[in-house]
Amino acid sequence: MLQQRYTEERSAGQLVRRVLSPKNVIVFLAILIIGYLVLTPAIYLFIATFFSGGAFTLDAFRRAYGTSGLDSMVLSSIVFTVGATVLALALGTALAYITVRTNVPFRSLIVATSLVPLIVPGLLYTIAWVMVASPNVGIANQIGNALTGGPWFDIFSMPGMIWVEGTHNVPLVYLFMFVAFRAMDPSLEESALVNGATRATMLRRITIPLMRPALAAAALVVGVKTLGSFEVPTLLGVPGGIFVFVSRIYYVMSDFPYDTAAAGALSIGLVVLAILGTWALNRMQGDGKQYATVTGKGFRPAALDLGRWKWPVAIGVLVYFLVTTALPLFVMAYNSLLPHFQAISIRAMSEFTLQNYVDLFENPIFARSVGNSLLLAVGTATAIMVLTAVAAWVVVRGRRRSRKLVDQLTFIPMVFPGLVIGLAVSFVYLRNPLPIAVYGTLLILLIAYMTNFLPYGMRYAMSSLQQISAELEESSAVAGASWWQTWTRIVLPLMFPGLMAGWIYLLIVAVRELGSSILLYSPGNEVIAVLIFQMYEEGELVDISALGVVLVVFLSLIVALVHKFGSRVGIRL
Amino acid sequence: MLRIDNLRKTFDVPSDQRGRGRATASAQLAAIDDVSLEIHEGEMFTFLGPSGCGKTTTLRSIAGLERPDSGEIRLSERVLFSRGRGRDREVPVNRRGLGMVFQSYAIWPHLSVFDNVAFPLQVMPRRDRPKKKVIEERVMRVLATMELDAFAGRSATKLSGGQQQRLALARALVTEPPLLLLDEPLSNLDAKLRESLRFELKRLQHEIGITSIYVTHDQVEALALSSRIAVMSKGQVAQVGAPRDIYTHPESKFVAEFIGNSNFLPATAVESGNGTAIVETPQGRLEVAVDRPLDATASYLIGIRPESVEVLAAETAPAAGNGFSGTVAARSYLGEAVDHIVDIGGYEMRARVNPSVSFPAGTAVRLRIDPATISLIPTEGASR
Ligand SMILES: Nc1ncnc2c1ncn2[C@@H]1O[C@H](COP(=O)(O)OP(=O)(O)OP(=O)(O)O)[C@@H](O)[C@H]1O
Ligand SMILES: [Mg+2]
Repeated sequence: MLQQRYTEERSAGQLVRRVLSPKNVIVFLAILIIGYLVLTPAIYLFIATFFSGGAFTLDAFRRAYGTSGLDSMVLSSIVFTVGATVLALALGTALAYITVRTNVPFRSLIVATSLVPLIVPGLLYTIAWVMVASPNVGIANQIGNALTGGPWFDIFSMPGMIWVEGTHNVPLVYLFMFVAFRAMDPSLEESALVNGATRATMLRRITIPLMRPALAAAALVVGVKTLGSFEVPTLLGVPGGIFVFVSRIYYVMSDFPYDTAAAGALSIGLVVLAILGTWALNRMQGDGKQYATVTGKGFRPAALDLGRWKWPVAIGVLVYFLVTTALPLFVMAYNSLLPHFQAISIRAMSEFTLQNYVDLFENPIFARSVGNSLLLAVGTATAIMVLTAVAAWVVVRGRRRSRKLVDQLTFIPMVFPGLVIGLAVSFVYLRNPLPIAVYGTLLILLIAYMTNFLPYGMRYAMSSLQQISAELEESSAVAGASWWQTWTRIVLPLMFPGLMAGWIYLLIVAVRELGSSILLYSPGNEVIAVLIFQMYEEGELVDISALGVVLVVFLSLIVALVHKFGSRVGIRL
Repeated sequence: MLRIDNLRKTFDVPSDQRGRGRATASAQLAAIDDVSLEIHEGEMFTFLGPSGCGKTTTLRSIAGLERPDSGEIRLSERVLFSRGRGRDREVPVNRRGLGMVFQSYAIWPHLSVFDNVAFPLQVMPRRDRPKKKVIEERVMRVLATMELDAFAGRSATKLSGGQQQRLALARALVTEPPLLLLDEPLSNLDAKLRESLRFELKRLQHEIGITSIYVTHDQVEALALSSRIAVMSKGQVAQVGAPRDIYTHPESKFVAEFIGNSNFLPATAVESGNGTAIVETPQGRLEVAVDRPLDATASYLIGIRPESVEVLAAETAPAAGNGFSGTVAARSYLGEAVDHIVDIGGYEMRARVNPSVSFPAGTAVRLRIDPATISLIPTEGASR
């Protein structure tokens, strides 16, 4: 009887059924969609740049790079990227080391506050710094003018750009390094000391080499993000006459008639730069992957006694948070209550009003863009997590060839900054390859966001799948479950907390995304970040402040809710 | 019942980790190298061998989790896998209908104890799937056999190590599979628990009477549990036999060593009668128990377990009797026994004796060995 049930004759029908098994169909569809999302923008960007009227040409490059100021643009891009990345790495690593490995007072407070800036969108953070340190109207400089007769700090400068971008990325570095320091077995350091090394030698010869893979990973993420940053160079660099790749591309694309090919040529230069940086950092990280010892677990590292440095360090850290977090947030909250932007004074405080908030909620564009942003954020987060759940499974458990293909496909958007993705996506849907209308709808933003954030989703999905032992799937198969049954009853439920964490992370980054939205929105399809950008260009600083306060409160609420209820189902951000 | 014929499996092992970017050379590693076995109905059959010898790979091939390069696997008359011998066939893993207990137990942490056990029934093809009521009955019955019925509603992660093992067994047995596969199910547990579960397992297997294949690298476990053992080495089967057979008649030095011998002497037959034989070793003559007369022209290796060597003071023991004279070279105290290294004419023989017997280094001693405990291993050119 068993014999009959398992006829192993290979008929044509069986072959078709095997090829069209749910597993093959789902994996194929996921790879197809990912391939489409990733490759079409790259290809169209390439064509639009190198081909004009069907013929190959380098004209666009001549126009883009022929103008004067080319070398200063490339130099500015590199100085800005390296400067802000190094600043973020130094501050983030120091904070992580202090909180994980020393007996600094208020440790848990420092841990919590070092993550707060993650919630403040880069655009608002930049605008807040304009309100603090613009040479004319910045609040700090007004105090400076009054006290010393001149501005203290000009935010519209390269140091200003590096400061704002760098400090905004500190929490990202902090997260990487916090995990790495936590995971490092302190006995590795202790054995160096026992063997006669000084503390300095230990740091140089043991700690830093062991941290190198984590440092390289953090440098990669922050460096690529900085190189593609839109907000800081556009808001702070352009007024001071400092151009980097991204602001130049935006400049070219906002100057009618648009020279799209030249913008493409600049984009390709930017992507090449990102690839070079990624390659260099990957080499650095590559050697370090052998140190399996670093990835231990459950150590309680012995705290380094700071001795008489205990309080100076604590005070230094607190001052740092006051300046980088409390000050911008305070300035924004303060301005949101003023009828118009003005210097700090007792008289100004007497004018406090909630009118800005009333205006905001009565503004139909605000309501519309909040709706659009939420819709897009939920759509993007959901679509990406569904796609990457399958893609991660292929990478972690699949056959060697498909594993490599998917791994590389999902990495490609990393080297495409948001603005470039926006540009490339606009090229694609000007010559729409899809049978439905995309240009001028929210769909085009959804597509751009999905391409842009695919690597982030992938990271969450991969790490949640890697924690699930392969035996849990194998035992399901041995128990008689089909691929689909294993997938829906074992794999997905086990991945769920990790997928949810990724979903929430994507929700937050999508709500504040500006770079890839700015070239793709159309009237009626504004998103929050675009609205803020437009208001900034109109000089409506007090209205932005109100909006900023609402947005930060909203995002904090999401994070707080997830923190409170998420831990019950195992979601950790 | 289960037949494996000429099974082979090689893995590609990337040999150079650093050379990323360059073409990575990869070596071939033969994990299973021409294995043929037959396992009978109702047996508790064990794959025994050192780490990396291919036990798990063979077991996973039977389960269908690994695809061999060539060979055939049949369960009764049903071909589970066949490749490289006429028409290729392969029954997918989820259609083989076997039970398996994984080394990690692979208990699904998001399901309750009940749901873990019910899963194999719930995922059956619709036409064979029992009714909900029947599923519940069968699950509760098997949980009761495993004395887990009180935990049915509990989350599966909140069980002790021993309970998890029984849960994994319950899940493997609930469909009443024709064959049960177990991959080192006791290796994650501490020594005490391991011992008690070993007997539990033997009792259960005896009660249920299910044909089982058991993988382990622990010879004590294998000897205690199995009806037959296949000793494996580097992807090949070195010897198949009943535990006593393997213990007393290892066919190769590898098997003898793996099963606990550590003293080896080359030997040739001098006199061979029925039941006993006298062999010549470089250290002197020795009497050995044999099943059949020895081949006078062949050479052998004799294996002597440390615990079968008796150590006596030279002055009290007669120089006659089966054994050697020598001097104690070293001694180490092991708690429940004392190891003596005794120099017998240039060979250092290890003897493990009761702690009440203990001789300091330099003492002249007499070693006595029971002929029945000596194993005779044919080396090249000898037939058994
Ligand atoms: N997926 C794989 N890829 C490459 N090599 C593998 C793979 N699985 C097993 N091997 C190799 O095949 C050989 C046999 O492995 P197997 O797991 O069968 O050993 P084992 O006898 O079960 O050992 P242990 O007692 O340690 O579990 C080993 O050398 C192992 O390194
Ligand atoms: Mg194994």
